[in-house]
Amino acid sequence: MHEMSLVEGVLQVIEDSARANHFSRVKTVCLEIGALSGVEPEAISFCFDLVMKGTLADGARLEIIATEGQGWCHTCGQTVAVRQRHDPCPLCGGYQVQPNGGMEMKVKELEVE
Amino acid sequence: MCTTCGCGGHAALIGGKAMRREARKHGGAVAYRAPAGQAAGEAAHDTAQARIIRVERDILAKNDALAAVNRALFASRNILALNLVSSPGSGKTTLLVRTLRALKEKFPLAVIEGDQQTDNDAERIRATGVEAIQINTGKGCHLDALMVEQAMQQIALPQGGVLFIENVGNLVCPAAFDLGEAAKVAMLSVTEGEDKPLKYPDMFAAAGVVLLNKVDLLPYLDFDVPLCIEYMRRINPGIRVILTSATSGAGMDEWLEWLESGMKQLAAREEAK
Repeated sequence: MHEMSLVEGVLQVIEDSARANHFSRVKTVCLEIGALSGVEPEAISFCFDLVMKGTLADGARLEIIATEGQGWCHTCGQTVAVRQRHDPCPLCGGYQVQPNGGMEMKVKELEVE
Repeated sequence: MCTTCGCGGHAALIGGKAMRREARKHGGAVAYRAPAGQAAGEAAHDTAQARIIRVERDILAKNDALAAVNRALFASRNILALNLVSSPGSGKTTLLVRTLRALKEKFPLAVIEGDQQTDNDAERIRATGVEAIQINTGKGCHLDALMVEQAMQQIALPQGGVLFIENVGNLVCPAAFDLGEAAKVAMLSVTEGEDKPLKYPDMFAAAGVVLLNKVDLLPYLDFDVPLCIEYMRRINPGIRVILTSATSGAGMDEWLEWLESGMKQLAAREEAK
């Protein structure tokens, strides 16, 4: 359950941004979570309210942009869509696929006041 | 399927069905938003009064920044730092003890031990004569860069040698947290089941080398070594796999050779400076 640490990381990003951009309340937190990031949006959501309690993002709405996974197939020599790390290439069925997208886990934007 | 953007989501599955959290105490279901440029109109929400700040910052930015500080310190002292990761009981500490005994006359060595509780592993390391510091993470399931930075302040750094960081036994969470290491050394033991690389892909994706340990037990098990290696390479196509037994010493030569080639690369980089 490292999602708890990750949400604490989200709070640190929010607090840094609050100092730089001079805001005191966060209404919405938008995260971008890739399908291959190893992060479970459900678990993030579960910890979110708990970690934000008593902070400037107390009660904030959480939105998640789920980006799709992609990888470079060494056999086909092109980028292909993959849903998880051990998926075969949808074109050739092989496993020589190096993930190259959908690994993000970042704070995309904040709605503040 | 998510009703906001129509994505498949990647919620936990229970018996093949998406987990529901309708009656959760904290907050509602996950609100998915469509990626930019994809049904952007539908994702619009009331922003008339509020300010939008585009942050675009990695959630692990703070840990990654601290890891970069650790990495710079290792580089300046010519230290090969390795992050040992595996599930509990795969033999990390036993292999480490054997490795330290083999290398301690050749290189300066030190060990950072991570466990939720007890000082037992650091004690086992100290019995070899190598300095060790124990981190107890309490409820924590992984080491992070800050813990390692603070642990380093309590030991003599092995200048021109190897710092082994034995992570908390956990095949999931330590994959995400960079400690500043040169490589993650993942260990899997043959008593664990050959499909573990598929079950816990993130760790095998993050690893620089895999040690398949306890091979002395293979005659008593149904473990399929080639299949396990094939699974590892589905996740990480170029991964080097070394078969070891920390008990019998099998494969130790190959592992020590891997370590020494890492040391040589460091030395070459030092000369190139």
